[in-house]
Amino acid sequence: MTPLSQYLLVSALLFTIGLAGALTRRNAIMVLIGIELMLNAANLNFIAFWRYGPNPQALTGIMFVIFSIGVAAAEAAVGLALIISIYRHYQTANVDDITSMKG
Amino acid sequence: MTLPFAIIAVLTIASAVAAMTLRDLVHCALSLTVTFAGLAAFYLQLDAQFVGFAQILVYIGAVAILIVFAVLLTRGSEPPLRSIFSSGWTVGVGIAVVVFGVLSRMILSSRLAEPREIPPTPEATVLQIGDQLMSRYVLPLEVVGVLLTAALIGAVIIALREKEALKP
Repeated sequence: MTPLSQYLLVSALLFTIGLAGALTRRNAIMVLIGIELMLNAANLNFIAFWRYGPNPQALTGIMFVIFSIGVAAAEAAVGLALIISIYRHYQTANVDDITSMKG
Repeated sequence: MTLPFAIIAVLTIASAVAAMTLRDLVHCALSLTVTFAGLAAFYLQLDAQFVGFAQILVYIGAVAILIVFAVLLTRGSEPPLRSIFSSGWTVGVGIAVVVFGVLSRMILSSRLAEPREIPPTPEATVLQIGDQLMSRYVLPLEVVGVLLTAALIGAVIIALREKEALKP
């Protein structure tokens, strides 16, 4: 079976890709997609540590990921509603153009 | 490293990179679906069947569709005239590379990287998960239910038209 460190490396790479996307993309929807990727990388870590941990019968990792998926779904719904609302107000979803709170 | 792991890893990482770099937002959403499917395959490989199918149901079934709806509602499907990356993108990429360097160094230098014996395949049946959700984790379950209800109502109120609010 694959060693634990390789799952962790894949998860770190996914987290990095999501972070890079969230920090560099211009469209607010892409920023949200980057955040979703980072959340998924964390979920993969939970499952990998659960499987390779000393006591997988306790199901703690699985429970944490189930609740994490629920919270991420709520976050995606509210985030996309905010983006649609901002788009209606400014007629753009470009994070560089939304500067009315800039000092 | 086994062959299935390598195939899934390459597919997941490549589609994640595509989701973050493609110009057309609809293409980005579709590559994101492939990434979510790859993660579900990882969960199945790690003997977490319920989480794998929940990932397919929630992420591919709901979140990806939600993102496509948001793209179509915000006219994001039209190709952008300017660059898709914001003005300070070099700083963002630099931060991401530094974060990956630190993470991979920590993973490879820790005791986790040493080979060790893997516990036998645990039994994580739906029966056991449901039993735990109804006994030990019943309070978090209720809290998540309240959170989802509040998020549903909040999302509808935020996305309502604001013309009524502007009238005196």
